Amino acid sequence: MMVHGEAWTLKEFFTYPNEYIYWTIQIVMYPFMTGLVAGAFVLSSLYHVFGVKQLKGIARFSLVFSFALLPVAMLPLMLHLQQPLRGIEVMLTPHFTSAIAAFGIVFTTYGMIVASELWFVYRKHFVETALALKAKERRGPGEQFACLLFSALTMGAYDVSHEALEADERAVKKLAAAGIPVACFLHGYAGFIFGSVKANALWMTPLMPVIFICSAVVSGIALCILTYIVTMEIRKALAARRPELPSKEELKSAESQVVVMTSRYLLMFMVAAITLELLDLVFRGYTAVKSWDILRSVIYERDFVNIFVVQYGLGNLVPLVLFLVPGLTIRRAILGTALVLLGVFMMRWNVVIGGQAFSSSFSGFMHYTLPIWPDSLETFKEGLGGALLVAVIPFCLFWILNKVMPVFKETH
Amino acid sequence: MIDRRTFCKNTLLIAGGLALPLSALELFDPKRLLAEKDQKGARWVFLVDTRKCVGCGFCVKGCKVENEVPYDANVTRTWVERYLVTSDGKTHIDSPKGARDGFPRKEIEIGHGKLEEIRDEDIEKAFFVPKLCNQCDNPPCVQVCPVGATYQTEDGVVLVDRSWCIGCGYCIMGCPYGVRFFHPVHHVADKCNFCYHRISKGMQTACVDSCAFGARRIGNLRDPEDPVTKVIMTERVNVLKEEYGTKPQVFYLGLSKEVK
Repeated sequence: MMVHGEAWTLKEFFTYPNEYIYWTIQIVMYPFMTGLVAGAFVLSSLYHVFGVKQLKGIARFSLVFSFALLPVAMLPLMLHLQQPLRGIEVMLTPHFTSAIAAFGIVFTTYGMIVASELWFVYRKHFVETALALKAKERRGPGEQFACLLFSALTMGAYDVSHEALEADERAVKKLAAAGIPVACFLHGYAGFIFGSVKANALWMTPLMPVIFICSAVVSGIALCILTYIVTMEIRKALAARRPELPSKEELKSAESQVVVMTSRYLLMFMVAAITLELLDLVFRGYTAVKSWDILRSVIYERDFVNIFVVQYGLGNLVPLVLFLVPGLTIRRAILGTALVLLGVFMMRWNVVIGGQAFSSSFSGFMHYTLPIWPDSLETFKEGLGGALLVAVIPFCLFWILNKVMPVFKETH
Repeated sequence: MIDRRTFCKNTLLIAGGLALPLSALELFDPKRLLAEKDQKGARWVFLVDTRKCVGCGFCVKGCKVENEVPYDANVTRTWVERYLVTSDGKTHIDSPKGARDGFPRKEIEIGHGKLEEIRDEDIEKAFFVPKLCNQCDNPPCVQVCPVGATYQTEDGVVLVDRSWCIGCGYCIMGCPYGVRFFHPVHHVADKCNFCYHRISKGMQTACVDSCAFGARRIGNLRDPEDPVTKVIMTERVNVLKEEYGTKPQVFYLGLSKEVK
C-alpha cells in the first residue's frame, strides 16, 4: 500500500520511517502565487498612495492582475490538502496558535480591500457601460447579460459628477494605503508559516517573513512588467488593424517609459531580498549550530545547482546586470523579468523542498522527484500537471476580468 | 436622542451588570474546584530501557495490528532503530520497515534499496532504540494545527480527531521526532497515542504487552507509587531532543549520545 509522499520521495542513509516529502510542488506554488498577489498590489499602490506618476500606466493593470491572482493563491492549498472538502474548517474553527489559522481572515480581508478598491476605480466605467447598454433599444442575449452585469456592478450608485469621482479617488487612495500592510501581512505570514517551524533547521529564522515579503514584491513587479509588455505587444499588433486604438508609436514610447520606471523599483526590492537571503546564509555558516553540518551538505552539495546556479546566478545576478546596464530595451526587460520570476520560484523551491531534503535525524537525505506524467490523482495534484494548472488559471481569470474592467481604458 | 451622560451611565451599568455573573462563573470554575479537591487524573508517561531492547520488532507488529495501521504500508506509529558505532567513529543507523520484522539482515540499510556491510571486528558498540510519540508537555503539533483537530488531553496524551483533520501536514512538519504521518486509509494525520483506548481502561499499551523483555513500560507520573514514576524520579533518565523545548514525556534509560 502506497503512503502519501512515497511516490516521489527517495530516501538516502538514515531517515525516520515516517519521513517523506510531505510538502511538495503545490506548497512551492502557494508562496509563489501569494507573493505575486502581494507584489502586484504593492506596485499599484506605489501610484495610488505615493503618487508615483510614472507608474500610472501599470497601476491599474497590476491592481486587476492582483485580483486575478487572488483566488489562485488558495488553489494550491486546496490541491495539497488530504481532505480538501474540509478546507473550510480553517474559517469555521480557526485555532489561533497556528500560523495557518489566520489565513482565512487575512485572505478575505485582503480580497475585500482589493475588490472595493477596484470598484471605486472602475465605478465610472460601470456606470457609463450600464447606461449605454440600457439606452439601446434592442439588445441581444449577450448584451442583455452585460447590461444586467454592469447594472449590478454599479450597485445603484449612478452619480458620476466631478465631486463624486473625486470622492472615489480619495477612497481608492485610502484603500490602497490600507491594502499595503494587509498585502505584506498576507505574504509575510506565509513566511511565518515556514519561519516558525522549530523542527526544521532550514526554515527556522525570524528573517523568513521579511525575506518572503521582499522577494514577493520582486516577483509581483516582474510578472506585472512581463504581462504588461506582452499585452502591449498584442495591442501594438492590433493597432495596425484597428484605427480606434492609439498608434503603434504612441504605444511603444508609453511602453518603454513604464518598463524603465517599474524596473527601477524592481531593482530596489531585489537588492533588499538578496541582501537578506545572503545574510541568513552567512549567519548560519558563521554560527554553525548543530544542524549546520547537514544544512551545509544540502546547500553546498546536493542543492548547489538549484541554489547557486539557478536561484542566485540565473535568477538574481544575471537580471541584476541586465537591468543595470544603461539603455534598457524591451527585449532585455522580457529576459530580465522572466529570469527574476525563475529566481523567485527557485527560492520558494529551495526553501520548501530544500527544507525537506534532509531528515530531522540529521543523518539522512530525502530527494523529491517531481511527478511529470501522472498515474493517479495524487501524482497529478502534486506534480507538474497541478503546478501548471495553478500557473495558468490567473491568466485566464485576467482575460475574463479584463472584459469587465478594461485595464487600458482611460476612466478618470 | 440619547445624551452623552446617559450613554456613559448606561454603558457602565451594562458592563458592571455583565461582570457580576461572569465573575460568578470564575468563582465556580469546575476545573479549579476539581484541582482543589486534589482529584487530578493521570499524567501518562513512557519509559524505555534501551539496554533491554533486542530489536525483535514485536512492539512494532503489535502496534500495527492493534491500531490498524496497514501492515505493509511504510509508515508506523512506533519503530526501533539500530545503532552501530564503528572504530572509525562513524555511526551507522537503520530501521528497515520500522523494524516491523526486526532486523533480518546484518547489513545496514542505506536507502535506494542498498545495503552497507559492516565487519564485526569494526563494531565498537551496538544497540537498539525504540521510538514512539513523546506526548510532549509543550506539543508543537498541537500548536500548529490550524483547525484544532489535534489536541492534548488532561492526562497529557496528544490525540488526533480523524473527523476534523484537514490533512495539511503542518503537524507532521512541526514534529521534530518524525512520529507523525498521513494514514494511508483515512488520509488524515496519525501518530502514536499511547493506545489511549487501552490505557484509559486500565490496560497496557499494545507495544508494552508485546515486549517480552520489559524494555517498554507505561506509567502515571502523578502517582508517586507507580513503579515507572519511581524509576524516573530516582534513576538517571534522559529524553530525546530536549533543545526544541517540547518537554518530551518518553524517558529513556541508557540513552547514548549517538541517538538521533
